Amino acid sequence: MRIDLDVNGSRHSVDIDPSQTLLDVLRDELGLTGTKYGCGEGRCGACMVLVGSHAVASCTVPAQSAAGAKITTIEGLEHDGHLHPVQQAFLDEQAFQCAYCTPGMIMAGVALLRANPQPTAGEIAQGLETNVCRCGTYPRIVAAVRRAAAAGGGESRP
Amino acid sequence: MITRDQSEGASRREFLKMLGGGLLVVLVTRDALAAPALGARLTEAAPGAPQIPEDVNAWLHIDHNGAVTVFTGKVEFGQGIRTSLAQEVAEELRVPLSSIRLVMGDTMLTPFDMGTFGSRSTPQMGTQLRKVAATARERLVALAGARWHVDHGGLTAADGRVTDPRTGHSLRYGELTAGRAITATVSDDVALTPKPHWTVAGTSAPRVGARDLVTGRHQYTSDMRVPNMQYAKMLRAPSLGATLASLDASAAQTMPGVVVTRDGDFVGVTAPSAAAAAKALGALRATWTPAPGAAPSSRDIYDYLRHTPAQEAGPGHEGGSTEPFERGDVTAALAAAPHRLTQSYTVAYIAHVPLEPRAALAQFTHEAGGDRLTVWTGTQRPFAVRDQVAQAVAMPNDRVRVIVPDTGSGYGGKHTGEAAVEAARLAQRIGRPVKLVWTREEEFRWAYFRPAGVIDVDAGVDANGLITAWTFDNYNSGPAAIRPWYAIANQRVTFHPSVSPLRQGSYRALAATANHFARESHVSELARMVEMDPVAFRLKNIDDPRLRDVLQKAADRFGWPGSNRQAGHGVGVACGFEKGGYVATCAEVSVDRGSGEVRIVRAVTAFDCGAIVNPDGLRNQISGALVQGIGGALFESIEFDHGVIRNAHLAEYRVPRFSDVPAIDVVLVDRPDEPSMGAGEAPIMALAPAVAAAIFEATGVRLRALPMAPTGIKFAAASGAGSR
Repeated sequence: MRIDLDVNGSRHSVDIDPSQTLLDVLRDELGLTGTKYGCGEGRCGACMVLVGSHAVASCTVPAQSAAGAKITTIEGLEHDGHLHPVQQAFLDEQAFQCAYCTPGMIMAGVALLRANPQPTAGEIAQGLETNVCRCGTYPRIVAAVRRAAAAGGGESRP
Repeated sequence: MITRDQSEGASRREFLKMLGGGLLVVLVTRDALAAPALGARLTEAAPGAPQIPEDVNAWLHIDHNGAVTVFTGKVEFGQGIRTSLAQEVAEELRVPLSSIRLVMGDTMLTPFDMGTFGSRSTPQMGTQLRKVAATARERLVALAGARWHVDHGGLTAADGRVTDPRTGHSLRYGELTAGRAITATVSDDVALTPKPHWTVAGTSAPRVGARDLVTGRHQYTSDMRVPNMQYAKMLRAPSLGATLASLDASAAQTMPGVVVTRDGDFVGVTAPSAAAAAKALGALRATWTPAPGAAPSSRDIYDYLRHTPAQEAGPGHEGGSTEPFERGDVTAALAAAPHRLTQSYTVAYIAHVPLEPRAALAQFTHEAGGDRLTVWTGTQRPFAVRDQVAQAVAMPNDRVRVIVPDTGSGYGGKHTGEAAVEAARLAQRIGRPVKLVWTREEEFRWAYFRPAGVIDVDAGVDANGLITAWTFDNYNSGPAAIRPWYAIANQRVTFHPSVSPLRQGSYRALAATANHFARESHVSELARMVEMDPVAFRLKNIDDPRLRDVLQKAADRFGWPGSNRQAGHGVGVACGFEKGGYVATCAEVSVDRGSGEVRIVRAVTAFDCGAIVNPDGLRNQISGALVQGIGGALFESIEFDHGVIRNAHLAEYRVPRFSDVPAIDVVLVDRPDEPSMGAGEAPIMALAPAVAAAIFEATGVRLRALPMAPTGIKFAAASGAGSR
């Protein structure tokens, strides 16, 4: 079946199989491989993208149900060579090791700051609880989200 | 050092031709040992044909533009070694960090390497690359001296240039080779820059390539794509050891673009998309014959391991031997000891859960000399996997090239090449490139685990608080860090490998975690038995000044033992030594009297691994190891029954998350005069026993099984003093 997806401000007409998840289509059909597969059941957050303003686990979303929604992936955060404040904060805090979880963490952080521009450390931990960093860099990730908040990372962006 | 075969040298020579002019510096392990001559031995060859000896361990090339390329078989899995090795090269070569590129883990381009494990990259490869870079610098200075007809002793090398301060002459490194191809080999006595003079090494340089990590641009193996590539899925047995009785692939084979490959029990499907491959897999109808005989389950595993000896150590049992270690007369000393304590400890199988599951992309190309196979895969042992793949597809080693893109972690769990072999076999069969990415469930069921084990400890203490006798019997966990570093006159320490019902292998720190859990838990109990403070008791029994120092520093930073403890809180301490790293951890826990839930509130770790190469990277490793250690300490455990893993999903296998993380304080102990050692493993070891001691202080319950509290602490069942 053919659906229209609005990803990072561009419209894509894609021929999909009804069994495909949004994650499958982003990675395999659109080549947006910044969004990662981690568990396939919404328990690790590696596949998080924004649907509207909410961070969702794209591995649990049937692709057809995302048709028409405004989808943002990690590739859509950078504008004119400028990193999003949350991306910049992850760099500044060196908030990663293997970094496989990083795109999902950043998307979850962006969504959190849109809903709560000045979160406490506890609210960040709670807000990102779905996201797993197996390398254990959680304290740095909390610090990065706080840093982004201080830098105005909660602004509403396209 | 393993000698490369001649054919491998051939493909490498082709590559070296491509390098063209410039300076090539190589470190030759065997030749360096055999050669009586000291100092760099130099060969000048015609342009385009540098001569390179066999048995090279590391090499570095500086081209005519001054670009520095370092070749090492090590791989980057998130530990930051790409950055710290580049810092060490930049330091010795006197060039900016940004001018250095590391080619890593590529069996065609990089020298042979055993693999990235055992905390060896910093002490071994780091030292080798420093020697290589220092030799390159010396050689460039000598070239400048010859060019200017001056004594090169007065020349300086800095910022990628050699300068004569007396005349003001200055040339960039790239200019000094003047189009020639020059090869230099390193001798072991080349002078290295001491740490007090470091300006690039020793600093918290940010990770190389980090921008691509936050933009999603970095391509892990699972992200790669080549033209004409097919997606694969493998058919898996319903239980360990089951064999394929029948297969009906007719429905799958009618699907467009689908090919089913069967070779015995090896069954894979390939299709033009991942979704089509998954559908084809689902359409296979297979029946299986379970493995014969009764298989132990996670409920009776410890009895099984204790009573089912293996003839020899296996995977996961690295880091020591099965030879018993004996000192003094332990039987007599135990009998004579006024205080004696005997206990057993257990550790469960746990999974690595690397967030990037196993993945491989295999591509055959047809070339004049015959087929070549390139496999991209995230493995910690690219050369071993190359050999494994070559054997699986019946090709000579030199026709197979394994490339390891910077990978989504491993923790010891990616020593093997399962996905690489599977993708290669399927690509060979269908004549097109194949990508295979394991699912999380496959990773849980078909990778390997940290060994489960049982440890019996029997110890005696004299009236003055000195440990006088120590027996330690480890069944199946492994021999790493099995011997106590306490000064004990009478010891018998034995590792007994067992037959394991589950596939087991390496895991971050190997058995050092299990052995430290048993040893340090036991020592904490001994301290209580003789009514001594656990820090003071340890200091009384430890001679090693560096171990004493980290223990003291952790205790000081923690404010050990503290007073005015909140209700339900307790503190504990543990320390240890492994692979050149000294670690001490103090932990504070809180236990909810109602729910039994255990939370680690605070952890302080002091760590000494010699001269620090990158303080921020080191902090990241130590803190990450502590967090990973929380899982194995409190709740990670593989449950299995009749050859089936029962918790093969993240919903059922609990890993540490944000809410599990305590306030972490890391104390770095820098030793500028000591060699730099690895840090990926040792910091994980002391957490579990420190937490066990803290739980005891909080509750009066001794927990001697890892994980300690997968469902919280059951106060009623524990009744004060027993183990679970």
